[in-house]
Amino acid sequence: MAGHHHDHIHAGDPHAPVAEHGPSPEYLLLERAVRELLVAKGVFAADDMRRQIDLTDSRNPAMGAKLVARAWTDPAFRKKLLAEPKAAAGEMGIDVSNTPELIVLENTPTRHHLVVCTLCSCYPKAILGIPPAWYKSAAYRARAVKDPRGVLAEFGTALPPEIELRVVDSTADLRYLVLPRRPAGTDGLDEAALAALVTRDSMIGVSHPLSPA
Amino acid sequence: MTPAASARFRPGDRVRVRDAWPEEGGRRVHIRTPHFVRGRVGEVERVLGAFANPEDLAFGKPGLPPQPLYHVRFSQPELWPGGGRTDTLTVDIYESWLEAPR
Repeated sequence: MAGHHHDHIHAGDPHAPVAEHGPSPEYLLLERAVRELLVAKGVFAADDMRRQIDLTDSRNPAMGAKLVARAWTDPAFRKKLLAEPKAAAGEMGIDVSNTPELIVLENTPTRHHLVVCTLCSCYPKAILGIPPAWYKSAAYRARAVKDPRGVLAEFGTALPPEIELRVVDSTADLRYLVLPRRPAGTDGLDEAALAALVTRDSMIGVSHPLSPA
Repeated sequence: MTPAASARFRPGDRVRVRDAWPEEGGRRVHIRTPHFVRGRVGEVERVLGAFANPEDLAFGKPGLPPQPLYHVRFSQPELWPGGGRTDTLTVDIYESWLEAPR
């Protein structure tokens, strides 16, 4: 077949070039110019920036899952997590200094929460790490407020009509973590086994935690 | 965050989001109040404290005095057609954007 090498994309080609979908060259230049100026002016050192990136990269949804599992098993901790989320997170060894205020939204048998940031991509990074790409997409941000039940259905999440759905738009100085309901059939599980059931998506509110195997 | 002792509204109060469109005034602005709640009436769910005003902070100003920030809850079917009858949308809104409903 003539021209085979250029006729189609080799989806399974292990040597296919890595596609770059990063910011535009103008934004990359702007970021570099601002960063270098801030370092040159002594606002922060290059090493401060590297350490901050390290810290941000070290955060992940497993930290949130630990908080949820502890709240499921320890009523006093659950109370504290709802009343003073940052203090509770600090108790569990999560560094929340210099991070925005946090509010924990508790799902109940009659109420489900869904978090979105319609204006940008505010997200509880201190607890969950970097947000998924879809959380920042225009489609999610627009539709989570306008057709939240439709969005949940697309995530495969069934929400009976009698359950109140509260969408929370994170527009300002606070970040939100959903405390999902403990799945049925988990009475015998320890904290670590419970944490394994707590998915990132269940702490954003687009899904429920996993069911035990 | 500082305590919002001077907060004008309290939980349970009905409030209207100002039907203002500063971004159409021709000067550069930074607004944290979504379009879809402007001119709409909701209920104060919680007073969140006071925060430096982001509309000033965005331009390198101090954003003082701090602005009380509220959780305002809107009824979903009042904002959009369809949706669950009891479904709601909660938005963080700064006090300067709120007024008593007419």
